[in-house]
Amino acid sequence: MFNSMNLVASTLMPSGGIPWLSIVTFLPLLGALALMFVPKLQAGVHRNLALVVSILTGIVSLGIFFNFDATVAITEGAAFTYQLQEGPVPWIKSLGIHYSLAIDGISLWLVILTTFLMPIAILSTYSAVKKNVKEYMILLLLLETGMLGALVANDVFLFYIFWEVMLIPMYLIIGVFGGEDRVKAAVKFFIYTMVGSLLMLIALLYVYFKLHAQTGAYSFLLQDMLSVNLTATEQLWLCAAFLLAFAIKVPLFPFHTWLPLAHVQAPTAGSVILAGVLLKMGTYGMIRFAFPMFPGAIKVFAPFLATLAVIGIVYGALVALVQDDIKKLVAYSSLSHLGFCVLGLVAMTPQGLAGGMYIMLAHGIATGGLFLCVGILYERRHTKKIKAFGGVAKSMPVFAAMFMIILFASVGLPGLNGFVGEFLALVGTAKSQFLWFDAPLIFSISEVEGVRTWGFNATDTFPLLVNSDQAGGEFTAYIFAAIATTGVIFAAGYLLWMYRRVMFGPLKLEANKNLKDLNGRELTYLTPIVLMCIFMGVFPQFFLGRMEPSLNQFLVYMKANTDNTKAKISLTDEELEKAKAADPENFKTYREVVMPNVVVAEPVKAGWVQSGKLIDKKGGK
Amino acid sequence: MNINDFNTLGLIVLIPLIGGIINGVFGSKLPKKWVPWIGSAALGLSFFFALQSVHALYASKAERLTYVAYKWIYAGSMGIDIAFMLDHLSAIMVLIVTGVGFLIHLYSAGYMHGDPGEWKFFSYLNLFIFAMLLLILGKNLIVTFIGWEGVGACSYLLIGFWFTDEEKAAAGQKAFIVNRVGDFAFILGLFLLFWETGTFDYVEISQLASTKMTALALHGIAPAAVILIFIGCTGKSAQIPLYTWLPDAMAGPTPVSALIHAATMVTSGVYLLSRLNELVTLSHAAMGVIAIVGACTAFFAATIAMVQTDIKKVLAYSTVSQLGYMFIAIGVGSFTGAIFHLMTHAFFKACLFLGSGSVIHSMGGEQEITKMGGLKKYMPITHITFAISCLAISGFPLLAGFFSKDLILWGALSNIHVFAVEGVTIDIKYLTDVVATPVGSGAALTSAGWVPIAFMFAFVMGVMTAGMTAFYMFRLYFMTFWGEFRGDDDTKSHLHESPISMTLPLVVLAGLAIVGGWAGWPHFMSYWFDNPHWMLAFEHWLAPVFETSGQFRVVNRFGSHAATQEAYTTAGSVLVGLAGISFAYYAYVLNPNVPRRIKQSLSIVHRTFMSKYKVDELYDFLFVKGTILVGTLSYVFDQFIVDNTVNFIGRVGESMGRILRNLQSGNVQRYATYIILAIVLCLIAIGSVNV
Repeated sequence: MFNSMNLVASTLMPSGGIPWLSIVTFLPLLGALALMFVPKLQAGVHRNLALVVSILTGIVSLGIFFNFDATVAITEGAAFTYQLQEGPVPWIKSLGIHYSLAIDGISLWLVILTTFLMPIAILSTYSAVKKNVKEYMILLLLLETGMLGALVANDVFLFYIFWEVMLIPMYLIIGVFGGEDRVKAAVKFFIYTMVGSLLMLIALLYVYFKLHAQTGAYSFLLQDMLSVNLTATEQLWLCAAFLLAFAIKVPLFPFHTWLPLAHVQAPTAGSVILAGVLLKMGTYGMIRFAFPMFPGAIKVFAPFLATLAVIGIVYGALVALVQDDIKKLVAYSSLSHLGFCVLGLVAMTPQGLAGGMYIMLAHGIATGGLFLCVGILYERRHTKKIKAFGGVAKSMPVFAAMFMIILFASVGLPGLNGFVGEFLALVGTAKSQFLWFDAPLIFSISEVEGVRTWGFNATDTFPLLVNSDQAGGEFTAYIFAAIATTGVIFAAGYLLWMYRRVMFGPLKLEANKNLKDLNGRELTYLTPIVLMCIFMGVFPQFFLGRMEPSLNQFLVYMKANTDNTKAKISLTDEELEKAKAADPENFKTYREVVMPNVVVAEPVKAGWVQSGKLIDKKGGK
Repeated sequence: MNINDFNTLGLIVLIPLIGGIINGVFGSKLPKKWVPWIGSAALGLSFFFALQSVHALYASKAERLTYVAYKWIYAGSMGIDIAFMLDHLSAIMVLIVTGVGFLIHLYSAGYMHGDPGEWKFFSYLNLFIFAMLLLILGKNLIVTFIGWEGVGACSYLLIGFWFTDEEKAAAGQKAFIVNRVGDFAFILGLFLLFWETGTFDYVEISQLASTKMTALALHGIAPAAVILIFIGCTGKSAQIPLYTWLPDAMAGPTPVSALIHAATMVTSGVYLLSRLNELVTLSHAAMGVIAIVGACTAFFAATIAMVQTDIKKVLAYSTVSQLGYMFIAIGVGSFTGAIFHLMTHAFFKACLFLGSGSVIHSMGGEQEITKMGGLKKYMPITHITFAISCLAISGFPLLAGFFSKDLILWGALSNIHVFAVEGVTIDIKYLTDVVATPVGSGAALTSAGWVPIAFMFAFVMGVMTAGMTAFYMFRLYFMTFWGEFRGDDDTKSHLHESPISMTLPLVVLAGLAIVGGWAGWPHFMSYWFDNPHWMLAFEHWLAPVFETSGQFRVVNRFGSHAATQEAYTTAGSVLVGLAGISFAYYAYVLNPNVPRRIKQSLSIVHRTFMSKYKVDELYDFLFVKGTILVGTLSYVFDQFIVDNTVNFIGRVGESMGRILRNLQSGNVQRYATYIILAIVLCLIAIGSVNV
């Protein structure tokens, strides 16, 4: 018995270290199992035990943080460099499914975000949920295992399993513990997400069988899946399936209608987790799976994704403006904010990627915080309608201050966390050379030998926009950035207007006059959120620095794999060499001066030379 | 001392932040007496370190002192540090902000005494100074932008300080959102600039914009970038078309109006464009636009100020008008003039606002000047200081406003033909090289487009505004302090001079309103005294910052004008100012029926001015209602089109299931029927194939 345990451990961790990832992932599950043995009536024990387990998970996840090494040598040519690798241990050998966990700069902070938000969410349920506490706590812990597993899974099938594990507890949380319309919301959430997931599964299996056809081996390991050669048309179709699944999850316009409904009906903790972590699974899935698996297709889809993202930013903000329900307003604001995230990711620049990643974290904290604030108001007045409030700042000053900081973080005030991500994403977008409609996607119906076929086609020309070389493709990206930036105005509009109507003004309604300010428990779970909003805004480099190597490597990979499409990503190496040869003494790109030690493969525009000369793109040639 | 690691700069910024945090977190528990002292002491300390740093800058003879606090955002080629820079330009600003800020903190200790939210007030005020210092001392555009947004947020909080009043909360929100509209353009300008240069650093941008080769490349985007950043400035500095928030912002406590909405925050647009002067002067078209916008704002705001009856509203429109003056200066390339006026304006306008606060305090919150009158008896110190500041803003000779206004008007006049030489606008080398003065070289002088006309326009509007300024300021002064008291007896019995903590700042500021301009005499006067250094000290101090713009692009290229011309300008503007004062004296002291008669005979004009040209209503209709309408439509679209499409697809699946479910009825006879039907169908199919 003991030997076999040892064997598993040694296969899991060849180096014999501590399997941090497995511990963090399954600790909540263990907690859920333990809760099953606690009698149902002892609600307090359930709450406290769940809280302790989630805090414990948070503490253990710091082990991942401390063992993570941002300076680790990157794997040349690969999309990701994993660390703290556990496995791969064959799980279902005949199908090539492995138990394989690993982490890199992309997933590191999302794991920490999850373990950070979970205790807060659990603490917020103490007074909100009074019935079926046992089930609620079990579901929350199960959910945490699902989320963490999906983030650290390195095997696509394993990812898929965790992805579905997330879905079911959330479905129940909304459907059982939600508001009046909870069943409808839960069903919609479940079916909508499920449709996407199934399409993704089909695409996944296609790649899996393709891999078998090409190599003769069955494997679901991500690195194997990435090695499959796919034709352009295959890539387009498969990528579309993946993107649909993730776009529903993010959600991207026009796949977002489940979100407001789910948020309005979900209990506070459900909303916090939904907005804080679950939505990020969509964007995480894009960067981890959809982008690297189908780089060529992404090059084609990028401007279209960006278009949807930009529409979502403006549209979400406009719709949020006219909501009369605070929670719905925040839900639509998520649509707007995550538009920035997707825009940054598809911009495929270091700034854009970093921005997209940062928005995932910042939005998780700030919007999670907003939902907590809404929950606090709801618990006092049992309504979320804006017009039921007014002047609350007078009766709840401490709450008003904290709500204000979180709100400003969401508005994107510099110095708080929302700004950093949005700024990076927008800079990255403005500078992006990935968002050209130079290989536009059109639906075409062609007749070949009398057989009518239809499908996606990537063509070189587009009826409206001429070739990027002539049209100034860079400017397309700038326009994306410009439209997206209007979202910043609207964000101030809808959030401050809501705040004014809820918190400011005279105390008109009797019911609001004696609202109790935050109690100790509420203060305990809001304070970390507020502090994190500030910390992430003041010291973003603490987070960015640990992501950067992974993101740069990812960019190199994407650049190498999109070259065969018409992407002209950067000044080519030859051009740089030529410029160097012309004036070797003074040759220094701006980047080299500012960051001599960082190797970045970045889609840069021709750089400025410090001595005051410009390697103009025309001059360089 | 290391000029590249001068950490006192960090201290200047940090101390107000600490003060703000102490008051903000513990303020409600601290003894009431401590709160204002903590706030004021933080500013005092900050002012002390600012003085020390400026002295160090002066002593080191270095171009600038810098300090990099830490790395903020690094991604790809973009590296943004939290870094500070003190050069000759920011030195002036930092002294104004911490100095005037300190006085206003002292004043607030008296003004806000007894308010239950005093701790919050001082916390916000300190945080505001912190953000303002970030804006000023930032070494790159992003640190400035952090401060830029930070002051906006603090301004939001302070305008809506008494938030239980619906109107005040709305004013704060309006200020923030209108500013956001400007910031939107500002951000786009930043992106454009970064896109082209790959840097946000001021020093690097100024080098790129003043080096021949790179200036050439920057020339292409400079107009767009400058205009975009300028739109940002129209928000923060309340210019057309984004000025509407500032008059509303008067809802805040009066010290806030003095500090934020007169002396410091609203001037940050002027500061920013001066900071980017090399970039601004790259594009004469952008300069023309700035000059026109500035001139229009100066003029129109002055017309509105002439008829307002709320003491703070008059001052608010006056501020908008004076900021317009500063933008005229930027537009015509007289950056020194802009900063000079910024400084003198900070002194006399802060004094005016604090004076008005003192009056309002005494009047028990009444702000209508129609209910005042004869206050000079009751409030001698406020009266004298107010009078001095009114004279200063009207350009009365030898007071602060006289010098700065003169410099701006002279700049507009002397620079009008700056681009009117053929070739200059086209040949980039004129932008960076010292060339022989084309005027003397006999080069063909042609009209180079509309820019000279814009400058001329700015000059004319500037002179007219000077007259109106003198008129409305003295209208305000006479109606408030002269004549008989028009309020009720109850108010009259409470009239009193304010406590020392309020009058002391007034006296100091009035003193500065007298002597503040003596560092920049008109050039022709300096010749009278054999041109001693001190008479043009301000210009000399700023010379290194504006060297490229001043030397190469604007002034010296065409040789200096005869000093007599400047004398005429000066005399003209002084006369116009005196005329305005005299008319106010005639209309409001000698013959009080005149205003009524004018009002009747020019009722349309009066109504137009009174209604502020209905701009607020227009914006409200177009942008606020328009956006909400679009939002509502989007929501309807969302519910009925997007969501229903999704639901429809779901229902299709459901009804398919419902139809198919009928097949599985469990009725054996029915199954038998299906089987037979299927067999028949199969047979038919087989049969048809065989045929």
